[in-house]
Amino acid sequence: MAAPQPNPGRGANRTALACAGLAVGMVGLAFASVPLYDAFCKATGYDGTPRQGPALAASAARADDSMVVHFDTNVAPGLSWKFAPETNSVEAKLGETKTVFFRIQNTGTKPSSAVATFNVQPGLMGGYFVKIACFCFNEQTLQPGETLDVPVVFYVDPAVRDDSNTAHFTEMTLSYTYFAAKNGQPVTAAVANSAATGAKRDF
Amino acid sequence: MATAAAHADAHEVHDHKPSFFARWFLSTNHKDIGTLYLLFAFCAGMIGAFLSFGIRMEMEQPGLQYFSNPATYNVFVTGHGLIMVFFMVMPALIGGFGNWFVPLMIGAPDMAFPRMNNISFWLTVAGFCSLLCSLFVEGAPGASGAGTGWTVYPPLSTAGHPGPAVDFAIFALHLSGAGSILGAINFITTILNMRAPGMTLHKMPLFAWAELVTAFLLLLSLPVLAGAITMLLTDRNFGTTFFDPAGGGDPILYQHLFWFFGHPEVYIMILPAFGIVSHIISTFSRKPVFGYLAMAYAMVAIGVVGFVVWAHHMYTVGLSLQTQSYFVFATMVIAVPTGVKIFSWIATMWGGSIRFTAAMHWAVGFIFLFTVGGVTGVVLANSAVDKYLHDTYYVVAHFHYVLSLGAVFVIFAGVYYWFPKMTGHVIPEWAGKLHFWLAFIGANVLFFPMHFLGLAGMPRRYADYPDAFAGWHKVSTYGGHIFGLGMFVFVIGVVLAFRSKERAADNPWGEGATTLEWTLPSPPPFHQFETLPHIVDEPGAH
Repeated sequence: MAAPQPNPGRGANRTALACAGLAVGMVGLAFASVPLYDAFCKATGYDGTPRQGPALAASAARADDSMVVHFDTNVAPGLSWKFAPETNSVEAKLGETKTVFFRIQNTGTKPSSAVATFNVQPGLMGGYFVKIACFCFNEQTLQPGETLDVPVVFYVDPAVRDDSNTAHFTEMTLSYTYFAAKNGQPVTAAVANSAATGAKRDF
Repeated sequence: MATAAAHADAHEVHDHKPSFFARWFLSTNHKDIGTLYLLFAFCAGMIGAFLSFGIRMEMEQPGLQYFSNPATYNVFVTGHGLIMVFFMVMPALIGGFGNWFVPLMIGAPDMAFPRMNNISFWLTVAGFCSLLCSLFVEGAPGASGAGTGWTVYPPLSTAGHPGPAVDFAIFALHLSGAGSILGAINFITTILNMRAPGMTLHKMPLFAWAELVTAFLLLLSLPVLAGAITMLLTDRNFGTTFFDPAGGGDPILYQHLFWFFGHPEVYIMILPAFGIVSHIISTFSRKPVFGYLAMAYAMVAIGVVGFVVWAHHMYTVGLSLQTQSYFVFATMVIAVPTGVKIFSWIATMWGGSIRFTAAMHWAVGFIFLFTVGGVTGVVLANSAVDKYLHDTYYVVAHFHYVLSLGAVFVIFAGVYYWFPKMTGHVIPEWAGKLHFWLAFIGANVLFFPMHFLGLAGMPRRYADYPDAFAGWHKVSTYGGHIFGLGMFVFVIGVVLAFRSKERAADNPWGEGATTLEWTLPSPPPFHQFETLPHIVDEPGAH
C-alpha cells in the first residue's frame, strides 16, 4: 500500500467546506435572531412587549371585569425633561378603549429630541395590552420650556382571562422611559458614563 | 520538551525532524501541536489558578483585605472564568489530548489539515494575549480590567465599562473562538475521512467519538457567541443598539444568544473528559467498556439536547410558566444519557480486574465528583428552586464540581494515563496518587462548603460579605491551599519523570489498553502509520 498523504483529498475538502458553511450559517442565524426576536416579541407580547392594533368593537367590552393600569414614567440621564401622566392609574374595563394623556416638558435651555421606550409589567401581560395609538411611536422635539400633552390610546384584551398565566391579574403597570434621540437614533454618548437605568421622577 | 528524540528507533528510519524553530513555531505535526496545546493550557491554567488564589484569599475573611477596589476583585473573577474555560480546559482536552490521540486512535497519519491546525493553536495564543492585555487597560471607571463576569452581560459590559478592557476581552473571545472553529472543522474532517481501513464509526474508540460530538457542538455554538459579542462590540463602539433599550434593543436578547452558546459550551468542556475516562476505566478494569454503543450515542444525545435547554440559566428574567416548565423538563432529560454513562462506567468496573494506578484514582474520583455536581445540577434545573439559588454560591459549587472537579480531574487523569505514551518517561505512581488525594480532599473542602454558603444566601461576585458567612469561607480557602499543594506534587512528579532513567514500554498498562496508540512505540515516532493499520477485530469498540 502506498504511503498515505496527510491530506486525504476531495472527500476531506467537501467535509471541511460543509463544516465551514455550517459555521458561517450559524453566524448568520445569530444576526438574524435580532429581527426575528423583535418580530417574535411583537407578535407574542413576549417579555412585556405590548401589542399594537386597531380598537375592538364596542360590543367586545366586558362591563363586569376590569384591570387597573398603573403608569410609570422615567427620563434617562442626560435628558432634561419632565415627564408625568395626568393620572397615576386608571381602571380599564376589558376591551374598552382608553385614552390617557402624559405631559412632557423641556426644562433645559436647548431644544431637544427624545423617544420613549415602553414596556408592561408583569411581562406576561404584554400579549394582552394593545396600543391603538401612542406618542411613543414617534420622536418628540421640544423647545426650551415647551410643554406638550401627548396621548396613549389602548385597551386590555379580554382574552387575558382565558390564559391560565394571566387570568388572576387585576393590576398591571405601563412603563415609559424617555431617551435623548436624534433622527430616530439614540444619543448614547451623554449617558454612556452613567448608569443605564432611568431616573425616577416624583410628582 | 525532549520528547520524541529518545526513541527514534529502527521502526522509523525516515523519522527526521525539522529544526527547533520550524518544529515548534511552524509546527504541522499533530503530536507537536498537541504538546504545544498542553503546555499552553498548563501556563494559562497557572495564571487562572493565581487569579482564583486571589479570590480565595480575599474571601477568607469579611471586609476588604487584598483588594482596595472591589471592581478589581470582579476583574479577577472574570479573568479566572474566561481563562479556565477558553484557555485551560478547552486547549487541554480538545487541542491537547484531541490532537495527540484522535489521529493515533483512528489510525491516521496526521490531522486532515496540518497547517490549519497550526493556525488554530496560534489564534488561541493570540486570544490569550488579548485577554492578558485587557487586565491592564481601563474597564469600569477608575479600575483596570474587565469585571463583567465571563458572561459579559450588557448593560454592565456596555454602559458599565466605558474603557477598552471589554473590547480586548471580546477580541480574545473572537480569536480563540476562530481558532476553536477551525480546530473543530479539522477534527470532523479527520474523523470522517481518515479512519484506518476497517475502522467503522461503530468501532471507533470512545475518545474519538467524544471529540467528534464536541467538534459539532463547537461548530454550531461558537459562531453564535461570535455574533453576540460582535453586536456587543458595535453597541459599545459604533452606536448600534442591539442590546440598548434606548434604541429599541433588548439586553435579554444577549442572554439568549450567550446561553445558546454557553450551555453547549459546558458539554464541550466535559464530553472529551467522558471519552478519556471511558478508556482509563476500561484499561484498568481489563474489560471492554460496558455498553459501547450506548456510551457513544449517550454523548450524541447530550450534545443534541444540550442545544435546547439554554434558558435554564435565565429563569429569573421573567419567562412564562409554560416556558419555564419546558426548560425544567428538557434540562432534566439530560440526566438520562448522563446517567447511562455513569452507570456504564460502574458496570465496566464491576467484575473487572481493577488496578488502582494513579490514572485510575483520578478517573474514579471524577465519577464520584461529577455525580455530586450532576445531582446539584438537577436541583438547580427546577425553576422554582433556582429563583432562590440563582447567582449564589450554590451555583458556584455546582459548576465547580462538574468542571473544576470534573473536567480538571480528567485532564490530570489523561496526563497520568498518557504521559508515558507522549514522552516515553514515567511519572512515579506515588506522585500521581499523592497529587490525587491532595486534590480530592482539597477540592471537596474548597467547594463543598459553597453549597451551604449558597443555601444561606451568599451571592456570587461580591468581594465582601456579612460576618455570618465567614466560617465556611475560611474552610473553603483552606481547601484551596490543599488543592494548590497538590499542584506542587504534580510538578515534582513530572520533573522526576524526566530525570529518571526509566523508560516507558510501548504499552505500559498491559492487556486492558487496546486502542491503537498502544501499538506504537513510546513516544510515538514523528510520523506514524506510514502503512495504515487494518482493523480486523474490534480494537476500538472492544
